[in-house]
Amino acid sequence: MNQHIKAPADLAAASHPPASEDVVRLIDLKRRFGATPALDGVSLTVRKGEILGIIGRSGAGKSTLIRCLNGLERPDSGEVFIEGCEISRLGERELQPLRHRIGMIFQHFNLLSAKTVEDNVALPLKIEGRPKAERLARAAELLELAGLSEKAKAYPASLSGGQKQRVGIARALAARPALLLSDEATSALDPETTRSILALLKDINRQLGLTILLITHEMEVIRSIADRVAVIDAGRIVELGPVWSVFADPRSEITKSLLGGIRPQLPDEIASRLVPGTGAETILRIDVAGEAARAPLLSDLATALPGPFRLVHGGIDHVQQQPVGTLFLAVAGNDENHLSEVIAFLKARHGRVEVLGHVAGSV
Amino acid sequence: MSPVLFELLIRSIWETVLMTGSSGLISLIFGLPLGLALVATDRGGIAESLWVNRALGAIINGFRSVPFIILLVALIPVTRLIVGTSIGTWAAIVPLSIAATPYYARIAEVSLREVDHGLIEAARAMGGNRWTIIREVLVPEALPGIVAGFTVTLVTLIGASAMAGAIGAGGLGDLAIRYGYQRFETSVMVAVVIVLIILVCGIQWVGDRLVARLDHRA
Repeated sequence: MNQHIKAPADLAAASHPPASEDVVRLIDLKRRFGATPALDGVSLTVRKGEILGIIGRSGAGKSTLIRCLNGLERPDSGEVFIEGCEISRLGERELQPLRHRIGMIFQHFNLLSAKTVEDNVALPLKIEGRPKAERLARAAELLELAGLSEKAKAYPASLSGGQKQRVGIARALAARPALLLSDEATSALDPETTRSILALLKDINRQLGLTILLITHEMEVIRSIADRVAVIDAGRIVELGPVWSVFADPRSEITKSLLGGIRPQLPDEIASRLVPGTGAETILRIDVAGEAARAPLLSDLATALPGPFRLVHGGIDHVQQQPVGTLFLAVAGNDENHLSEVIAFLKARHGRVEVLGHVAGSV
Repeated sequence: MSPVLFELLIRSIWETVLMTGSSGLISLIFGLPLGLALVATDRGGIAESLWVNRALGAIINGFRSVPFIILLVALIPVTRLIVGTSIGTWAAIVPLSIAATPYYARIAEVSLREVDHGLIEAARAMGGNRWTIIREVLVPEALPGIVAGFTVTLVTLIGASAMAGAIGAGGLGDLAIRYGYQRFETSVMVAVVIVLIILVCGIQWVGDRLVARLDHRA
């Protein structure tokens, strides 16, 4: 497992509270379905107040993992601590009170069609045995938070997907949980609705200090709201760290491929013309993050060494207030020494440089 | 139609309504829990127990395979034990109920099985126990199907009650056979058929209205 540990001090202070405040601690979780392992030794902690995103392809074990946290799924071995209490050996009856501490939202919302919006939101409190007046008051309060007060008496079938998920979120918060589990909560929604749902989750995280563990297959979701990210592949956590750090320096192939959709990629028409050896121009990929991305890297390069240098493609994005970017630079000429100097200069400025190849003519 | 025959018709309508209504109610009271038990004990159910599931299934299939006219006669000792007599309208309610209960259990089972498993999982995630899942999820979500199935069961029972004349239970079917067919009273036959059409249409109409009111799925 690659631990990204180079978070700047201010960020570290914000997302690294003392270990005793861990809401979730998983130790060497294993679960098999037949011959295939769904979880193959997962250890993980979720800290109080943070948003931890778990990303992986479908079938990577994300769903099994999140279901182990509220006992919907039992691990074959390993331990699951929720607020310091080991739950993986508890019976269904003993789990029931603990589940009031854990809210859950689902990809397909799972609202009860026969109940009105307010009755759906109030259901966890009904299950807890709270009096009706309290349930309705709490439901009204949460629908206000979700921006759906006027839909209290409506039935879920009359709501849009985004509204349904808002009801799902309100319902998950009804019993004032310590932890919110989000199971692909935005995967069935369009991009705009996804953004509004993620903004609501972020708001709740800030306002209520609610710890959120979300699973997704979309890096964009991680980028928008997660503090830390765990990348899961074939039942193992292959990468774990602050989101900006994983974005800046993805170590595993799976992470790179999941990032592919939202990070600048060398355009196909250039990539198809790349040849090894020599050419009129050399194409470099430069990954920069933090200080390296804030510095006037390209103008310094042009001052220090003879060009010409051409920016072919690239961009700098901000992840958790940290600039993270990828630049594709074309260096003219065939001079090996010159190229080495350019690479050495960029590396000295904390850029990560990769020679992608050469192109014959101008691109 | 003579006043005597008319009086007979009215009495027969009442007997049919009584037989259908009582045995319908009994089949609902026993059939719905039986349907729930079938769904709950099946693989992946909330009270999975394949042994119980298979046993229940076998008993239900057993009762459902016996033709009703045979059941009517075969159950005479049971009927006598329960209502004290083996003839008459009340005596017919016992075999009718025993035939309709497994029938309705299967219909209810189909509706209950169609409830999205995600809803059951959501209720479990909220800390709900089996009883909560039955009361808050399974029955309310399946209610439109449960009511529609009950309508089908009532209409089937009207048909089955026609055979109850075999044990002197009376009813519209019996009237049609003895007067309309055996005594060539065509007017009685026509009247019975019209009344049955009205009864079936009425039950279906009420059932459909109720389902429309209960169904919030779309």
